[in-house]
Amino acid sequence: MSTTSHEPNMVLVNEEFDVVGTRPIRHDGVDKVTGRALYGADHDTVGMLHGSILRSPHAHARIVSIDTSKAEALTGVFAVVTGQDLPETNAGTMVDTGGGNVDLKYLRENILARDKALYRGHAVAAVAASSLHIANEAAALIEVEYEVLEYVGSALDGMKKDAPLLHDDLKTNELGEKTDEPSNVATHFQFSKGDLEKGFEEADVAVEREFENVTVHQGYLEPQVATALWNEDGRLHIWCSTQGSFVVRGACSKILDLPVSQIRVVPMEIGGGFGGKLDVYQEPVAALLSKKTGRAVKIVMTRADVFEGTGPAPASHIKVKIGAKKDGTITAAQAYLAYEAGAFPGSPVGAAGMTVFAAYDVENIVVDGYDVVVNKPKSAAYRAPGAPNAAFAAEQVIDEIARALEIDPIDFRLQNAAKEGTRRVDGPAYPRIGCVEVLEAMKNHPHYKSPIEGPNRGRGVGIGFWFNIGFPSSCTIMVNDDGTVNLVEGSTDIGGTRASIAMQAAEVLGIAAEDVCPTVVDTDSIGYTSFTAGSRTTFATGWAAYEAANDIKRQMIERAAKIWEVDADAVEFENGVFKSENGSTLSMNFKELAGKLGATGGPIVGRAAVNPRHAGGSFAGNIVDVEVDPETGKVEILRFTVVQDAGKAIHPSYVEGQMQGGSVQGIGWALNEEYYMDDQGRMANTSLLDYRMPTSLDVPMIDTVIVEVANPGHPYGVRGVGEANIIPTTPTIANAIHDATGLRMQRLPMNPGAIMEAAWNQRK
Amino acid sequence: MPRKTQVQATINGEPMDFLCEPRQSLLEILRDIIGLTGTKEGCNDGNCGACTVILDGRVVTSCLVLGVEVEGCEITTIEGIAIGHTLHPIQQAFLENAALQCGVCTPGFIVASKALLDENPNPTEEEIRFWLANNLCRCTGYDKIVRAVQAAAATLQETTA
Repeated sequence: MSTTSHEPNMVLVNEEFDVVGTRPIRHDGVDKVTGRALYGADHDTVGMLHGSILRSPHAHARIVSIDTSKAEALTGVFAVVTGQDLPETNAGTMVDTGGGNVDLKYLRENILARDKALYRGHAVAAVAASSLHIANEAAALIEVEYEVLEYVGSALDGMKKDAPLLHDDLKTNELGEKTDEPSNVATHFQFSKGDLEKGFEEADVAVEREFENVTVHQGYLEPQVATALWNEDGRLHIWCSTQGSFVVRGACSKILDLPVSQIRVVPMEIGGGFGGKLDVYQEPVAALLSKKTGRAVKIVMTRADVFEGTGPAPASHIKVKIGAKKDGTITAAQAYLAYEAGAFPGSPVGAAGMTVFAAYDVENIVVDGYDVVVNKPKSAAYRAPGAPNAAFAAEQVIDEIARALEIDPIDFRLQNAAKEGTRRVDGPAYPRIGCVEVLEAMKNHPHYKSPIEGPNRGRGVGIGFWFNIGFPSSCTIMVNDDGTVNLVEGSTDIGGTRASIAMQAAEVLGIAAEDVCPTVVDTDSIGYTSFTAGSRTTFATGWAAYEAANDIKRQMIERAAKIWEVDADAVEFENGVFKSENGSTLSMNFKELAGKLGATGGPIVGRAAVNPRHAGGSFAGNIVDVEVDPETGKVEILRFTVVQDAGKAIHPSYVEGQMQGGSVQGIGWALNEEYYMDDQGRMANTSLLDYRMPTSLDVPMIDTVIVEVANPGHPYGVRGVGEANIIPTTPTIANAIHDATGLRMQRLPMNPGAIMEAAWNQRK
Repeated sequence: MPRKTQVQATINGEPMDFLCEPRQSLLEILRDIIGLTGTKEGCNDGNCGACTVILDGRVVTSCLVLGVEVEGCEITTIEGIAIGHTLHPIQQAFLENAALQCGVCTPGFIVASKALLDENPNPTEEEIRFWLANNLCRCTGYDKIVRAVQAAAATLQETTA
């Protein structure tokens, strides 16, 4: 590790506010530094049973029979369930759980396998018992007879003509048309603009390369956990660790065939998610066990369950070709993206297609994307899902062309940068975006201006784009008579969003962030709120808080007018003070007026529900210096700078935190992380010892620059910041390794073995 | 079900006794028997550090200690770090430096940092990073955690000077 000097973190502010842009202590902070915050596993109820899930030891196998009699006979066992306990479903029944349209058959079969186990770790049966130890013992007593089948280990294998089929009923959607032949290719789509052939004819230089991304995991520290109580009155209560309580409600409703009104989901504090806690896994299983036993049932995943049973980020095979003129103009770009969906359709290849060339204004582009099922856990979202794989390819080819043309890699990107009005290959034209500003901040940074010296050292740069999403959010605010407010919302707080949401309300009301008490509540207690994902929470739920605060402001103005006996139009509210005139000057601050509400008409409650559309994408860039040990191939990160457009940083410390966290996940993805698959399609490294995520000793300080190019689609100009930051990291490190060694790394991770192999191949 | 053993230990300065199956870990005892759920489980095999406690002055992952082993021992958990009604300077520094995001690894980091600063009141950045390499954090990238420990060390130096 290194302790190189670093620049202090910078914020390039575009507009000043009173509360927005400051750094108060987060509202849930004390609970989280004292151990009092209650996470999913900390929830207990009276008479609770413990569940254990039996998982398939095979990557692909037909389930011939399941004998649960020995497990049921064990003292302390209360119930056993299998896939037969879920309703049977015909393929092609599409349902919307709130997380997008999915095939109900696949949704159910991922919860508990029915006829086939489609990956090692696929849940096959589950037990509820009086203790976890007994539940685990009982699960081991369940006898499953399998007929082991040939497995599909990669997208390219799955696409072969004679590949074993995962699903007999899956037929390719080929450019929008359903085909007749069963296949592992769920979808082939194409995005295009301009004339690709003409574009490459105009190019003086063209580079085409192929890249491999392996399977990695989100790596949240808290394993999935859920407790379910299916009450005698028919209502199902679920306490769980989730990024979206309403999505859990929606999914359980469909899976269990129960109306949403009969389900209450209580989001406990969440121990990380990064996209991996959007899907349900053990929630419906705990519910089935609760129904059978009449008791609450808690199921906590082990770390191995998390690796083998929950969504990894997919491996992919990508080809990218880019052409440019001598003057540095990119004339054409082409990408072939084959992504592993895991056992069921739904890889993030679409998002990869949207983002692969999104940082560039290129006239002629064709992108082909393939969503391919393979015998691995169903892939789940992971921070800008799909985009890092594509960027690993595209940003290296961009680097190679800049080198070939002898143009500075930032200047080359600036020359071709996407701007307001640039049309992306998937259709939309950009509103105001910060691609140029991010690149300029990189170019002007002392890190980029400093020399990189010494043997085996090199520097890389890269940039990435994420579109972000809006989606519905609700918020309620109650005024207390001491001038504080209680704010109720439904967004899981995964990294400081109670603060960033409360601050937007405080700004409207002219009160301090500390005078807002935010609470995240269950699905019975707040209007529909979509998940904490897609970089949307500070943007959309923050906007709901802004509107709810404006609702309060309007009602407070009416109340002041009533007290003063003036027209509401004659009352002004500025900097937390209500003002008017009726001969003499009238003035009350927010606190004074709040104290009079009880006697002047009763309490004031503000509310809002929003569904904002213009999330405004975010760009992020990296500058990274590395040293590559020529003897061992080990890559050391000497210096790391991340630049991102936040639109407006509501709480800059937590924006920096997102940028630093995304960067270090990117470092792990680049250098260490990988599912090692054995020759039977089984993951061989299912512990945090062997699946090695970065430790504090592996990384330096991560310097940040927050760029603020206001999003015209938000009252404070917010752009979500959760995701874009991870996109540029793997290619930037690859570009730095190339700068240091001349090696062009086309497969992740770039661990010592891979570097040494590339070095030997180069010498041949 | 295996017979339970009675164990006596001092937890956060308070003498306690509990009944424990031979197969139960100290982590299970703290969380499920005593109800101190601030100590978290992330892996149950000693690799993530979320269950870090101080056992007779040593930093240990409580998932790798059996409950029956702690007879007569002194244990400090996250619930024992604050001084009465006042946060410990390390806890305060974590808040002021925004050194947590989801917060699930935070108890382990704070307990480990307490043990570090007890032993080495003025650690270098590298010493902090080396010591805390037993604890995984997936959210922060460690930058703000390292800075929080540096800030806490400075505060503690001032108050003892």
